[in-house]
Amino acid sequence: MDKTINQKAWFLVLPVFAVVAFSAILPLMTVVNYSMQDTFGNNQFFWNGVGWFKELLDPSTDLGGRFLASLGRNLLFSAIILAIEVPLGIVVALSMPREGWTVAVCLVILALPLLIPWNVVGTIWQIFGRPDIGLLGYTLNSLGIDYNYVSNEFDAWATVIVMDVWHWTSLVALLCYAGLKSIPDAYYQAAQIDGASRWAVFKAIQLPKMNRVLLIAVLLRFMDSFMIYTEPFVVTGGGPGNSTTFVSIELVKIALGQFDLGKAAALSLVYNLIILIVCWVFYTVMTNAGVERPAKKGGA
Amino acid sequence: MHSIPGRRLIISLFLIFLLLPIYWLVNMSFKTNAEIVTTMTLWPHQPTLENYRRIFTDESWYSGYINSLTYVIINTVISIAVALPAAYGFSRYRFLGDKHLFFWLLSNRMAPAAVFALPFFNLYSAINLFDTPWAVALAHCIFNVPLAVWILEGFVSGVPREIDETAFLDGYSFPRFFVKILVPLIASGIGVAAFFCFMFSWVELLLARTLTAVNAKPISAIMTRTVSAAGMDWGLLAAAGVLTIIPGALVIWFVRNYIARGFALGRV
Repeated sequence: MDKTINQKAWFLVLPVFAVVAFSAILPLMTVVNYSMQDTFGNNQFFWNGVGWFKELLDPSTDLGGRFLASLGRNLLFSAIILAIEVPLGIVVALSMPREGWTVAVCLVILALPLLIPWNVVGTIWQIFGRPDIGLLGYTLNSLGIDYNYVSNEFDAWATVIVMDVWHWTSLVALLCYAGLKSIPDAYYQAAQIDGASRWAVFKAIQLPKMNRVLLIAVLLRFMDSFMIYTEPFVVTGGGPGNSTTFVSIELVKIALGQFDLGKAAALSLVYNLIILIVCWVFYTVMTNAGVERPAKKGGA
Repeated sequence: MHSIPGRRLIISLFLIFLLLPIYWLVNMSFKTNAEIVTTMTLWPHQPTLENYRRIFTDESWYSGYINSLTYVIINTVISIAVALPAAYGFSRYRFLGDKHLFFWLLSNRMAPAAVFALPFFNLYSAINLFDTPWAVALAHCIFNVPLAVWILEGFVSGVPREIDETAFLDGYSFPRFFVKILVPLIASGIGVAAFFCFMFSWVELLLARTLTAVNAKPISAIMTRTVSAAGMDWGLLAAAGVLTIIPGALVIWFVRNYIARGFALGRV
């Protein structure tokens, strides 16, 4: 659709700009300000230039080591949950009933985990996984599997990953379902006449139609898993040791736990920059995918 | 034709996987602490409403729900109100810096809450809004307003331009056209956007906890306090958790027919 050029449209956008700028620009300026300074309490600040940034990117220092380790853990976590949630979400979307009252029931149950406050998600899995009172932990232990997410690193990771799959696969599934719903029946009839196999239908009709929503799904999931804080914090508290300390948890520890404002601010800026870059890639790919090459498979 | 073999089994297993942990929470909430700690029971053998009674009679507990709902509702109203005209602007017109502005909004939706926790604390303390629902409501605007603009822009673009033009020819002023014609046409989109604002404001904890101390403490923060307390009261914790699921479940039921389209941000 061609749009008319009209600079007065700025007036329509102004309220949004004002509200978001108030919440985004002012705080960000504070962060930039802090990131260049050091404090010894009592509101006394000292100029530190780019010192924090140097330390942050140097793995031999305490700050840098912690940041890079948590970044590595976070990227691994994001990779694992994407590898599970995207295929699983597609399968679930393809398995959705086609019509009748079961559709509404499935949609409501699918959406349910998405509307549970994040700390309650953590609480649910904390209770569910405990070896003494939780169904999952108790069952695994009675089967002879020594499972304890508090003391065992692997179990802690497994719990956090299964929890994320539980929490967010629905999002991928609902997005794919929306994409599948937009396919006209004529496409399937044509495929049937051609005698196309089930796999061919998926590859030639369903996957291309889901492209756009899958892209939204992958990037939303990447962003949100990259920012994950509350759920692992409630379940494992970042432990055992530091094994499930992701970037946000590390950041909050430094900022609100130790009140190390300079370090926290420097970390925030680098963290935000990474997000911004990924976001820009997302935006570019998405705006281009819609216009130029609609049929081409858009991976991420 | 577009179903896969064994789909009933797959969807059933997945739904059971989703419901099982929730069932366990509900199960716990009806048990006494003695039963939880001493025996492993698949359903409450001595069902009790004691946990719920304590939440509904203790003000420090139930005020948490009121506080949470207050800021969630304020946030939803603000977000939709400012996002509507902007969505129309982005959908219909090109103007200086529109693409950059849209990207900037989107990038705020993606910014990690942890980055903003400390600056928000300073900002809202400075303007004396700390520990009020307004602080949390305004803070949540940073991710809800961009999201609302995004969703509504998709729905407004679905309304043919001819409708605008006809209305203006008929002598409608812009505000009157907006309220009388456009809003009713995208009512379902507004519902979906409101649902998402409600959802993301309801589930967020980090900012809500950082920006409140005593008076406006959200329910999720009150729950964390119980978690860290010595001598874990599992039954009470579970009951509080169950009560946080209910508003979400109710809201889903109302928008169930639009959920799928909403999750695709109106862009399918």
